[in-house]
Amino acid sequence: MSMPPFEIVVAQHGGTVLRVCRVLLGRQDAEDAWSETFLAALRAYPDLPGTANVEAWLVTIAHRKAIDVLRARRRQPVPVGEIPEAPTALGVPGASDGELWQAVAALPGKQRQAVAYHYVAGLPYADIAAITGGTADAARRAAADGLANLRKHYPGATTEGAP
Amino acid sequence: MNGSPDSLTSPSDDGTLARLRLRLGQAAETEGLLDVAYTTVDSPVGPLLLAATPKGLVRVAFAVEGHDRVLETLAHRISPRVLRAPGRLDAAARELDEYFARRRQAFDLPLDLSLSGGFRQLVQRHLPEISYGQTRSYGQIAALVGNPKAVRAVGTACATNPLPLVVPCHRVLRADGTPGGYAGGPEAKLTLLNLEATR
Repeated sequence: MSMPPFEIVVAQHGGTVLRVCRVLLGRQDAEDAWSETFLAALRAYPDLPGTANVEAWLVTIAHRKAIDVLRARRRQPVPVGEIPEAPTALGVPGASDGELWQAVAALPGKQRQAVAYHYVAGLPYADIAAITGGTADAARRAAADGLANLRKHYPGATTEGAP
Repeated sequence: MNGSPDSLTSPSDDGTLARLRLRLGQAAETEGLLDVAYTTVDSPVGPLLLAATPKGLVRVAFAVEGHDRVLETLAHRISPRVLRAPGRLDAAARELDEYFARRRQAFDLPLDLSLSGGFRQLVQRHLPEISYGQTRSYGQIAALVGNPKAVRAVGTACATNPLPLVVPCHRVLRADGTPGGYAGGPEAKLTLLNLEATR
């Protein structure tokens, strides 16, 4: 079983992982999470089974790295990495302004994760459940609730970025 | 945290990703995870792929060899931890530039010959003894490595040289003086011979 060069993995999945990180963390922390994700993936890559779903594997790593970032953020006395208030366009497919982004940022954690993994990364609910814990049904509900929340609050929703 | 105001107002995934990928290559190098670094450079014999392990330059490949296929082979033979990371290839790229500008006659680079074994590696180790502008026949090289009958094996060693240009297999010709085969194609071989003949 011969594995493709890791550069191919980065080329194929780098964009999706960046968008997932942005939905999970916002623009500022997303780049660090992306770097941490691909560095950890590079470390583990030679041991990845040839049958593995590479994108699900990368999203799983990004999920853990995002949790690390959120924990570190909570420990910090002064909040950093808040969502900028100026309109921004953040690689959410179909979004060209910051309002959708702010609505995404306002979602509860589980819904945000489910939206990122299902609507951005395109993972099936069973895979999402394996990443976030819980059942596939719960993941489906979280994604549906997240989407409903977005539809309710976007456009026009303005809110602070803290999760 | 590189969120400059500029990147907030004019975001481009392509630009961001290019920057992140460059940073990944540097971080991988720092962490000792960059088993194979590569880059591509332009040259008078077409685009060249340069690849290096931590030990040294491991592969120089012509476009006709198919750079994607070469990278797949490196992933298979050495390690799948292969990233585009030009930094490690800076010295090799510079020396090749100088060579093509006729400002360099010998390469002074750490080499990793692990892609070749046995007799092939023995031959490849001896090829740099043919100095710039000189040529030898396959038979002469066979004699040089102490195995005068191994003319055909010398031909194979030259044909499978993983480090063309730097390990100068282009200076080995057929006994009748015709160029013989070359990984970069016969035209590339002639280009190099002409380059070195013009002083």
